[in-house]
Amino acid sequence: MIADWLIAPFLDYAFMARALAGGLAVSLGAAPVGVFLMLRRMSLTGEAIAHGILPGIAVAYLLAGLSLFAMTIGGLVAGLIIATLAALVSRVTVLREDASLASFHLVALAMGVLLVSVAGGKIDLIHVLFGSVLALGDDTVLLLAGSATLTVLTLAVIYRPLVMECYDPAFLRAVGGRGALVHHLFLALVVLNLVAGFHAMGTLMAVGMMILPATAARFWARGIGGMIAVAVAFALLASLVGLLISFHVDVPSGPAIILSAGALSLLSMILGPHGSLRALRTPAWHLRN
Amino acid sequence: MSAVLGFDDVTLGYDHHPTVHHLSGEIPSGALLAIVGPNGAGKSTLLKGIIGELKPMSGGIRRADGRRRHTAYLPQQSELDRSFPISVFDLVAMGDWGVIGSFGVLGKAGRARIARALEEVGLEGFDRRQAGTLSRGQLQRALFARLLVQDAPLILLDEPFTALDQRTEQDLLALVARWHQEGRTVLAVMHDLETVRQRFPQTLLLARDPVAWGATAAVMTPENLLRARSISEAWDDGAPRCDVPEAAA
Repeated sequence: MIADWLIAPFLDYAFMARALAGGLAVSLGAAPVGVFLMLRRMSLTGEAIAHGILPGIAVAYLLAGLSLFAMTIGGLVAGLIIATLAALVSRVTVLREDASLASFHLVALAMGVLLVSVAGGKIDLIHVLFGSVLALGDDTVLLLAGSATLTVLTLAVIYRPLVMECYDPAFLRAVGGRGALVHHLFLALVVLNLVAGFHAMGTLMAVGMMILPATAARFWARGIGGMIAVAVAFALLASLVGLLISFHVDVPSGPAIILSAGALSLLSMILGPHGSLRALRTPAWHLRN
Repeated sequence: MSAVLGFDDVTLGYDHHPTVHHLSGEIPSGALLAIVGPNGAGKSTLLKGIIGELKPMSGGIRRADGRRRHTAYLPQQSELDRSFPISVFDLVAMGDWGVIGSFGVLGKAGRARIARALEEVGLEGFDRRQAGTLSRGQLQRALFARLLVQDAPLILLDEPFTALDQRTEQDLLALVARWHQEGRTVLAVMHDLETVRQRFPQTLLLARDPVAWGATAAVMTPENLLRARSISEAWDDGAPRCDVPEAAA
């Protein structure tokens, strides 16, 4: 009975199996990136870039129609432009990176919504904003898997300098490490995963798969490796639970997945062993030495 | 003795305002040099220029070996993210970057080097602790262990002894003395003038412009210190452009 509820949807319906595969790929790529976003105190940067990819997708749609390839390229280009512009403006003017991003992403979001509306009824704004993980085609699943693979490989390559860049950038500079290059590669990964996530969850929800599992993981693990492992596990669990709820209760799948991740995050804040409400309430006992 | 570092009329600063103004001179190999001066005098800025984080507005900084990875650098603690989840072992292992880079394996020898460095700074058994749980003095010891692992011929210390307890300061000063004996070049931004008089043979007194540079006793005269103090700390947006190089004092 319970097995039926849990497993049958994925066996009986190909679209559910594809959605699960897509969720798996998004989890593997976005969750580790999210951990570093959180550690770099850039959670809101992710949010801003997520909104920034919308006009790129809209322009691609206007030019090439509902083409997976074109919309992916459009999203990547727009995301990279937003990230680069924000970094550039913060370097050459008095605005800090978060403030310049905040201004850019509002403009980009407004431009995106305008463009989507100009396209008329041909494109569904709700689909763009909230995605449709239940309607993933084989090629989209492959794209998500490719993005996750590239992300994991790139993170493996830049892992050490990225950790050093987060903790002590001046030291990395002093020993000849290319901190700026690592930072930009990391931003590119953020953009890549947001564009991949857009296909499954839409531009508004994609960033949730980065931030929510990462913030939840902070309450369960002390080290970065542990946080990444927990974040990936939580993202997978949220995908699975969200899809099942969406299937059985007939609610939109993207928000169901993000709400599941949100619930895990909330539970972690209350129950996690490190720095959670429970950990703070536990009567303090101490060792002799 | 050959020079490790040379300053060619270098000016460093932010937003067109110089914080180090027309500094010229050379640092001989094996020097133990204290950099002193009032707040805002450009002491930390000079170190940032040497490690390449800040590009000179004019003039240049010469590195004799031309290789930045042979520099050990101790940042001010305020520049570290204290809540970052990194273990003491991993923090100290960063010192091995010059050897292992992004992909190298730490290996037995590397682990032994890190264990020995932790022992030498009195932090044995701390390797699995999170850096964020250390006291200020303990974190400073861990950062010195990272310098030990780096094993670099040029060592730059930014306020290494500020706000430390007496014993930690003495232990770390002993390490600096040992580096000096081993023939390494050490530059330290210092605030405690008494320590400078006792432990540092050479001193550079900065107050934006170099005020004096040479043997510590000759530099730290009451007249020089008074001159350094009297130089305004405030930026003057109405200051005229400085295009004509002045002779460095």
